[in-house]
Amino acid sequence: MTVTEAPPGSPAPAGPLPRKQPVRRKLVPYWLLLPGILWLLVFFALPLVYQASTSVQTGSLEEGFEVTWHFRTYRDALGEYYPQFLRSVLYAGTATTLCLLLGYPLAYLIAFKAGRWRNLLLVLVIAPFFTSFLIRTLAWKTILADGGPVVDVLSTIGFLDITGRLGMTEGNRVLATPLAVVTGLTYNFLPFMILPLYTSLERIDPRLHEAAGDLYAKPSTVFRKVTFPLSMPGVVSGTLLTFIPASGDYVNAELLGSTGTRMVGNVIQSQFLRVLDYPTAAALSFILMAVVLIVVTVYIRRAGTEDLV
Amino acid sequence: MTDNTAGGDVRLTGISKTYGSFTAVHPLDLTVPEGSFFALLGASGCGKTTTLRMIAGLEDPTTGSVFLGGRDVTGLPPYKRPVNTVFQSYALFPHLTIQENVAFGLRRRGIKSVQKQVDEMLELVQLGDKAGHRPHRLSGGQQQRVAVARALINHPQVLLLDEPLGALDLKLRRQMQRELKRIQTEVGITFVHVTHDQEEAMTMADEVAVMNGGRVEQLGAPADLYENPRTTFVANFLGTSNLIEAEVAGAADGEVVVIAADAVLRLPTARCATLPRTGGKLLVGVRPEKISLAHADDAGGMAEGRNRCTGKIADSGFIGASTQFVVDSPVCPELEVYVQNVERDPRLVPGAEVVLHWNPEHTFGLDAAMDIDAGTETVEETA
Repeated sequence: MTVTEAPPGSPAPAGPLPRKQPVRRKLVPYWLLLPGILWLLVFFALPLVYQASTSVQTGSLEEGFEVTWHFRTYRDALGEYYPQFLRSVLYAGTATTLCLLLGYPLAYLIAFKAGRWRNLLLVLVIAPFFTSFLIRTLAWKTILADGGPVVDVLSTIGFLDITGRLGMTEGNRVLATPLAVVTGLTYNFLPFMILPLYTSLERIDPRLHEAAGDLYAKPSTVFRKVTFPLSMPGVVSGTLLTFIPASGDYVNAELLGSTGTRMVGNVIQSQFLRVLDYPTAAALSFILMAVVLIVVTVYIRRAGTEDLV
Repeated sequence: MTDNTAGGDVRLTGISKTYGSFTAVHPLDLTVPEGSFFALLGASGCGKTTTLRMIAGLEDPTTGSVFLGGRDVTGLPPYKRPVNTVFQSYALFPHLTIQENVAFGLRRRGIKSVQKQVDEMLELVQLGDKAGHRPHRLSGGQQQRVAVARALINHPQVLLLDEPLGALDLKLRRQMQRELKRIQTEVGITFVHVTHDQEEAMTMADEVAVMNGGRVEQLGAPADLYENPRTTFVANFLGTSNLIEAEVAGAADGEVVVIAADAVLRLPTARCATLPRTGGKLLVGVRPEKISLAHADDAGGMAEGRNRCTGKIADSGFIGASTQFVVDSPVCPELEVYVQNVERDPRLVPGAEVVLHWNPEHTFGLDAAMDIDAGTETVEETA
């Protein structure tokens, strides 16, 4: 389009005035944000407010609940269920650590050594998602079954003695022990660790490794001083994506654990759906949220990743 | 501190590199004298960077050995070699400050008090005020200087530079060339510089190895390479050459007489890359700036004893200090002539009949079996 100056006195050209355009363009980001904001409002903010109000209600299912600002529910819930909270943090923390230990070498291999196998390996990492979460967890029940080959091998090589001493297993059983729950959590959340790790490792310029080697860093030092620090954004997002959902998970504890391995998710689930004590369930949910927020904040502060956001 | 400064000459013996069926570097022998500024010059894919990487230890040679100051380092990994590299993309550590980047090598060798040396080195590259910054906050030229400082602080026996100026714009590149040359003179370390820019190689290096197709075509001082190319590739790649196909008519008194179309040309026997045989073919070369151009009407008053041929101006380009003419001549369809714009002859326009003449001393001879166009299609890469 060529811009020609209109002679003085001539009527303004038809169509939208040129000034209107920038205003409309300025509004575009907000229009684009709208679906997301509506989604958050309806499916996050409103339920949150609703649950907050539930948590300070008293009453029963027959007589109905009403808001009485009964904050004691929080104290009672925490007092009664703190072992489950501790267990949740402990199991989720252990599973996250295991995911990191298992996932990092794999992500490293895919990013730097896989060559033309890279895409195939990435597909294999997410392949389990093609089956239902429930089916996969149930499969672990078979894998870890008493007297099964896995348990036999673990028992023969003395692994169960070690975990037994750590209080993770009892006797020659794996199923219904903390080890089974942690194994299930680790298995189910491993892809959430591998993918962000891979993404951040893959972004590292391989010439940085060469440069470090050229500057007298032996391979282990290259990893310690260059690769690992540069993969920190992936480590942080991977651990968060693993730890946060794992700490609220109840399926693994339900299917692979026993009454002695109940996590806070199991308590919330049974309070909501079996005991029908909605205030306690809501209060537990909020306490869990607070615990996760505190753990995550402390973690991000210590990990010091300014590049993450 | 370990004594790393002893013996800085680099000796490559029979070194080669093949990737599957592709040979990146054919077996080559090369000696870079201690304390010299040495350039490996060639187009992309000629094997110059592979050669450099083999010296650094980043690439294992398929055959041959690398010696540094008399010590065989072929089997040593990069971190055990007393060489440092300035990478093409600088490869600065993005998570470390400039100061930490520069101190990296010293720290890896267990040197605790690095502050003084780092300050001095940043002073040398004039970046003292940027010590606490992260690399991404620096401009390309500043990053390049950090890369040099990070390598030089280790006092390597040899500093390897892999197209370190490739990413800079022309003006900054010229400035950095002078800067690098100054630093090299100041520290006296052997520099091996890889570049595809022939001007860069000639202005900076004491000695240049021109590489082509995984082989060293010719090795020598810049002026020697320019004046006495031994191959058509070198003649065409370094500057511009007019190459004329001619037949040897005879040789006497250290002079060869050749016939090209209607012209009889003479050149010193010493400047022939191959032994000229009477009746044989020879490629006769002359640089465009050595040729004088006269209008055909003035042909009478020309000094005797000069090589001369006739032609017609096909094209002319005025570029300020000089004018570049393309002359269609019976001896060569596109003879290039550069004429200084001291006194411009208004008759020298396209279509004008002209006489070209030059001192026979400025003529060189090449083996006619070689590809006359080798090295001409090389365009400057932007990578």
